[in-house]
Amino acid sequence: MKVLVPVKRVIDYNIKPRVKADGSGVETAGVKMSMNPFDEIAVEEAVRLKEKGVVSEIIAVSIGEAKAQDTLRTAMAMGADRSILVETDVVTEPLAVAKVLKALVEKEKPDLVILGKQAIDDDMNATGQMLAGLLDRPQATFASKVDVADGAVTVTREIDGGAQTIKLALPAIITADLRLNEPRYASLPNIMKARKKPMEKITPADLGVDMTPRLSVISVAEPPERKAGIKLDSAAELVSRLRNEAKVI
Amino acid sequence: MTVLVFLDHEGGVIRQASRSAIAAANRLGDVDVLVTGPDAAAAAKSAAAIPGVKKVLQVTDTTGSSELAEPVAALLAQLADGYTHILATSSATAKNVLPRAAALLDVQPIPDIVAINDADTFVRPIYAGSALATVKSADAKKVITVRASSFEPVAAEGGNAVIEDVALPAGPGGSTFVSTELSKSERPELESARVVVSGGNGMQNEENFKLLEPLADRLGAAIGASRAAVDKGFVSNEYQVGQTGKIVAPELYIAMGISGAIQHLAGMKDSKVIVAVNKDPEAPIFQVADYGIVGDLFTILPQLEAELDKAG
Repeated sequence: MKVLVPVKRVIDYNIKPRVKADGSGVETAGVKMSMNPFDEIAVEEAVRLKEKGVVSEIIAVSIGEAKAQDTLRTAMAMGADRSILVETDVVTEPLAVAKVLKALVEKEKPDLVILGKQAIDDDMNATGQMLAGLLDRPQATFASKVDVADGAVTVTREIDGGAQTIKLALPAIITADLRLNEPRYASLPNIMKARKKPMEKITPADLGVDMTPRLSVISVAEPPERKAGIKLDSAAELVSRLRNEAKVI
Repeated sequence: MTVLVFLDHEGGVIRQASRSAIAAANRLGDVDVLVTGPDAAAAAKSAAAIPGVKKVLQVTDTTGSSELAEPVAALLAQLADGYTHILATSSATAKNVLPRAAALLDVQPIPDIVAINDADTFVRPIYAGSALATVKSADAKKVITVRASSFEPVAAEGGNAVIEDVALPAGPGGSTFVSTELSKSERPELESARVVVSGGNGMQNEENFKLLEPLADRLGAAIGASRAAVDKGFVSNEYQVGQTGKIVAPELYIAMGISGAIQHLAGMKDSKVIVAVNKDPEAPIFQVADYGIVGDLFTILPQLEAELDKAG
């Protein structure tokens, strides 16, 4: 069984993003970039399925600028067998990305596509659902547990106030939530090995996809800053302030 | 312009967060609503009572299909003809369904809006709330989720809308509902509570985390947690406040033993009053807290309870 795992190169989650002075976006030049953390979880899940003998091949895909090949190398160091870079300098919106992925799914025919539930840059949380919609295939979003058996996948997913379990016939689309697994670190030998794994480079035009964004960014601004308040010495003073000054209790 | 709002409900009661989505929809045009899922008939009655709602569309289904994204997204796409905007609150349910519906409509969704500038232009947080982007959509229809804490919910009572049945289309098939397990709680819902008491890494373990309960009882508060507390297993994940959990904006937010990572702050920094108790005077939570106490939370917790028990 074949699995496709899309991965996105984003500002490392430990770095505080800075808004550009001209308000056109967030500064990425000279900033440490990494694989989107939710995508790492997706790669890890695919690798675990391969280790269990359920999956035979893992294909990592990234859509973005040329440097996204670093992210693909990381995915291959974690255990993906080969990768596809769909190179574009255009801002990648979920709708266009889903169209690219649809074209790749039709070409590669994977049984499962496992994606991160959202990218931590645009926080859209949409690509997996949109891909499933475009392909008219079943979806299991926000997965916290994945079991593949007998041509079907049973997924426990995080919902408001608890968990839901659904069963999908393959081929299907899954998006990974935080608690699905803890991604491994790529070992040095595996990083070396990943350099030799195949990487195909294509463009959205090769797949017949128009990447033109539907949303134009008018401006990007810092959120209003909250001011630090005061430090108090006792619980008594806190309760008194909450009652008499803030009037919230 | 007419707007369709996909409502979330719990056991037939419309969630407050969905009434915030209706408030946002009211700024765009006339409002119809859609309810699905178990107890949809009861939910349709509560929805009809919400002032400003013109029409309630209900899917009464007992097969479990209405708990699946595929048929509900197909239904939204079918209904979209009559509407300029499709809205929902930013819940797990809506985030499962709306992007799929948007794909069927060839529309790029606009998630988590915090402000409406005009019918095409919206403000939404990016990078876990580290920046606010103003975006203008070129799509003919807009598919939007609304961050509830940014819109004052409309009233629950006072309206009298008509209720119409709609049928759930067949989805692509291949997806079967197995079960739902909801955590039971007597406390107010985290996202709509007036007071939230949250614990973090400083609570140390699952046992100690329960020490927050007497304080929450006294304040009628919901209990929340930081990602660190959830990851370490002190509480289950539906308690998590933050960019990857629930976004809350109560009147009073009390952070006990929470350092204040960016991802947590993104989930609570719009609270009206923030209190932080932490032994580390340099903890970033103090930069957003209105009132802070530097000290051992296990000493301060009982003192707080004792003070609250004294007459005001």
